[in-house]
Amino acid sequence: MCMNSFLQAENLKFSYINNIEEPPVRTEVLHGVSLDVKKGEFVALLGHNGSGKSTLAKCFNAINIADEGKVYACGFDASLEENLFPIRQRVGMVFQNPDNQIVATIVEEDVAFALENMGVEPAEIRRRVDEALKTVGMYEYRGHAPHKLSGGQKQRVAIAGILAMKPQVVLLDEPTAMLDPSGRAEVMKTIKMLKEEMCVTIVLITHYMEEAAQADRIVVIDNGSIVMDDVPKRIFSQVEKMKSIGLDVPQVTELCYLLRQQGVDLPEDIITEDECVEALSKLLLKK
Amino acid sequence: MLKDITIGQFFPGKSIVHRLDSRIKIILTIVFIFMLFMADSFYGLGVGIIYVLGAFLLSKIPFKMMLKSLKPLVPILIFTGILNIFFITAGDPVFEWRFITVTDMGLRTAAYNMIRIIGLIIGSSLLTYTTSPIALTDAIERLLSPLKKIKVPVHELAMMMTIALRFIPTLIEETDKIMSAQKARGADLETGSLLQRAKALVPILIPLFVSSFRRAEDLALAMECRCYHGGEGRTRLKQLKTAPRDYVALVITAGFVFLTVFADKLA
Repeated sequence: MCMNSFLQAENLKFSYINNIEEPPVRTEVLHGVSLDVKKGEFVALLGHNGSGKSTLAKCFNAINIADEGKVYACGFDASLEENLFPIRQRVGMVFQNPDNQIVATIVEEDVAFALENMGVEPAEIRRRVDEALKTVGMYEYRGHAPHKLSGGQKQRVAIAGILAMKPQVVLLDEPTAMLDPSGRAEVMKTIKMLKEEMCVTIVLITHYMEEAAQADRIVVIDNGSIVMDDVPKRIFSQVEKMKSIGLDVPQVTELCYLLRQQGVDLPEDIITEDECVEALSKLLLKK
Repeated sequence: MLKDITIGQFFPGKSIVHRLDSRIKIILTIVFIFMLFMADSFYGLGVGIIYVLGAFLLSKIPFKMMLKSLKPLVPILIFTGILNIFFITAGDPVFEWRFITVTDMGLRTAAYNMIRIIGLIIGSSLLTYTTSPIALTDAIERLLSPLKKIKVPVHELAMMMTIALRFIPTLIEETDKIMSAQKARGADLETGSLLQRAKALVPILIPLFVSSFRRAEDLALAMECRCYHGGEGRTRLKQLKTAPRDYVALVITAGFVFLTVFADKLA
């Protein structure tokens, strides 16, 4: 196995089984997915609802066990029962609704939850909880009740709860979907900091193309298969292909695309506002 | 209306009562309740009330909060009072009118029971006011841990309590939202007979239930992702430790118990 790949899926197949109906109905959600995520990489996972992206993420921390194919997380085979806790310690997961993932009634108690489960010494728990809360900038709120925090703050507490485990990979399943714009910015800033300062490998599932554009690499999933896998610039330059899958591109990319169709001479790989401003001002100065 | 619920409300503070070990506080509260029911004279009850008021003063909780906790109890107090006054016929009659007889014993029992209920509420609300829910469930888990030997799922019960307490504010918020949503669609929650109003609650309770189940599923998943696997091998961030002040509190309480029992003999 390649030492550099942190998360690895080989020809992964996964089905949900509906036991309520008789006979049970099997729905295959992932049809043979192969994906390598390298250490320290920031990967955005895109796909419309029901495409299988959350299912794939849950295969990486042994919540879902593959029916066929192999999944390795940080060198552990996810199909083995004894690897369950080693994997979950190393591969943390943050969910969409901040309210539904906070267990305790006090911020610091919640951050300590995973460490308590792992049986860490109390003094070490204290140290790691403080460290994790400082990392996400929520240390001053350690004694607060979670329900009195804003959405962005709650989500940062949830991230701190994962960070306290000292994971090597953090999977984020639409962490900003229920937040307001300022909360979204807070969470994105935290995610970028994790990647840059703590060298945590990030897998971000999102519907916001502006967030995906900040990743090192984008993987697009459609109907349980990977259809695109490349750097953001090259993914978003294929505006028509993205639209055919039912996905958007960042607003500036769309703007440039429409302008290009009207005959304006603009490059194809614009994905940030700054790039767009620069390209447009260059064009205007020429005239 | 939903904002008035004070059950399990906690007022953070640094007073001596706040700093007592939560296990000791639970034991003291139970002892205090026994004290109230052991007392069979005004002196004894007086000692009990002095004890709880003293603890209240030490906790530096605003006096207003004590009255607030008593307010919902007023109907029960009146009901107990009336029941005791009119239905105890033993003792010397002090007032008679047709079939109604009020005896000195009835009056006395009514007063005793009312004082007992008031003491009970003050004592137990003092416990929740000064102890964080987490510390409280933690203490219950520790106090009940001997029951693990006879296969009582003590850890699971404590975890359920923690989660229940955690979700009270979330569910209250959700209920408010659903109520507004249903009102916006023309639901009438405030008028009509009792039966009609009870029926009007159905469209609020069903979405609340459905969303609670969804939340439960999400939370279970999030807990699993954080390596939750029951109480086995679990450590705690905050260790419960008894300090000298806890023993002092126990000794003082023992003194009060003694005073309650022998109050009328001493007086």
